[in-house]
Amino acid sequence: MLQRRRKIVNVVMLSLTGVCTVFIVSVLFIILGYLFWNGARYLTINFFTKLPAPVGEEGGGMANAIVGSGKLLLLATLIGVPFGFLGGVYLAEYGTGIFPSMVRYMTDLLNGVPSIVIGIFAYGVLVAPRHHFSTLAGGMALGVMMVPIALRTTEEFLRGVPQSLREGAMALGASKARTIATVVIPAAIRGILSGMMLDLARVAGETAPLLFTSLGNRFWSPGWDKPTAALPEMIYHYAISPYDDWHRQAWAAGFVLLALVLLVNIVARLVLARTSHAAG
Amino acid sequence: MSITPEPETIVGSINQEPLTSSGSAPKQAETVKLSTDRLSFHYGSYQALHDISLSFYANRITALIGPSGCGKSTFLRTLNRISETIRHTRIDGQITLDGEDVLALDVTNLRRRVGMVFQRPNPFPKSIFDNVAYGVRVNGLARGTSVREVVEKSLRRAALWDEVKDKLHESAHALSGGQQQRLCIARALAVDPEVLLLDEPCSALDPIATAKIEDLLFTLKDDCTIVIVTHNMQQAARVADNTGFFLLGKLIEFDQTEVIFKNPAAKETEDYITGRFG
Repeated sequence: MLQRRRKIVNVVMLSLTGVCTVFIVSVLFIILGYLFWNGARYLTINFFTKLPAPVGEEGGGMANAIVGSGKLLLLATLIGVPFGFLGGVYLAEYGTGIFPSMVRYMTDLLNGVPSIVIGIFAYGVLVAPRHHFSTLAGGMALGVMMVPIALRTTEEFLRGVPQSLREGAMALGASKARTIATVVIPAAIRGILSGMMLDLARVAGETAPLLFTSLGNRFWSPGWDKPTAALPEMIYHYAISPYDDWHRQAWAAGFVLLALVLLVNIVARLVLARTSHAAG
Repeated sequence: MSITPEPETIVGSINQEPLTSSGSAPKQAETVKLSTDRLSFHYGSYQALHDISLSFYANRITALIGPSGCGKSTFLRTLNRISETIRHTRIDGQITLDGEDVLALDVTNLRRRVGMVFQRPNPFPKSIFDNVAYGVRVNGLARGTSVREVVEKSLRRAALWDEVKDKLHESAHALSGGQQQRLCIARALAVDPEVLLLDEPCSALDPIATAKIEDLLFTLKDDCTIVIVTHNMQQAARVADNTGFFLLGKLIEFDQTEVIFKNPAAKETEDYITGRFG
């Protein structure tokens, strides 16, 4: 009797978890398929090489937005990675007492701040006082968004390095700093790198902070001090427009963005897979 | 760590000073390389070692035996001050290396002179070559081609050269457990230590790998003073010239290995080696 009940409960719970899993995964596949259907069909070589065309004119592209996104992400990396990495090293290797736990808590709070608020912050610091929108401001907003995850991933992967490796290095006469630089960080570097890549992929799709900072631009944006187009921001503007051909372009841009994010994800996982292989 | 009764209730009756059978103490002609005097150690408020006074003789192998949690590993870890890497610990008393005060020495210099091999092989996730070269590079002992020479010499001394000479640039993690442990010994030998501390180096190894490491210790004692912690009494009997028996953070008895195993002075030692507890 008890046996029977256990079996029934088992079957019910197993089906329940299975259904939920299929549901979640199918949402991803529906999004992917929908984007592919609506986006990839309109993807031409012009999309990657031409500037946006005026309404009604066929054959425009988003070359400026692709380059703009690239520049924004480069700036974000230059800000997010060093701060996140060095902060993570501090927390994992040197932090003791009340200050590090405060930093950790603040970092988690910063991670929870809505991206649009970070956009307003960058607006207040780099846009309003200088009276113009710029790539610089957008990159800074995205960079600030990257810091919490970059920091916590670095900390987690460094903590995962066994104490025995640190002792091994110090027993050979290496100082603590030397041990961290030559043994601990190299042992964790692949995990840290893949975490950074996922972090970058996450901010690549951010739109809200860009609306206040890099604004958008229908033309090339030379240098770092002018408003620039970016893929997510173009999707937003094209999707809310009343024109059919702009809608098609928005779908195509969405597909390209998703493809780039997926690519980064896959590369990150490959890097991580090689790590666990080497450790095993 | 399985048993932690109040130390006083069990060994309260025995003397503070370790016992030695009369006349059979380590030979007088030998020179003391490393010694401790009334060494105590605290983890926070817990006292793990009580007034340990012990001498290690040059070019001799000294084994430290005792049940789990008796402090033998803790004691070993104070000798190169790797114990300091754990927070809230304190060393009291004195440690002397060739007449120098170990607690006053520059710690990186001390650890170059007093090498250590750990319980579980802990090769760095680097190539075999870079593992052995690590200490040499960190201490700036050699450069360029002479690093190669040191690496080869150290691997030969650790009886590993023939097995790895064709794959020096492959990952050290590809080696077997026994090979990894000999690699760790080679790594420690590369900086030419005067003393080599081994913390249960064979506990993760099979009997064949264990025999290889024991053979190695005999050849190494020509240039090194060796201290080995082991919970394997046969191993202590096989390799050690002198043996110290630890119980509940105290040194109960220290003597020539033969005496410890055949004619121990303390009842606790006898009980332990005859298997009555531990």
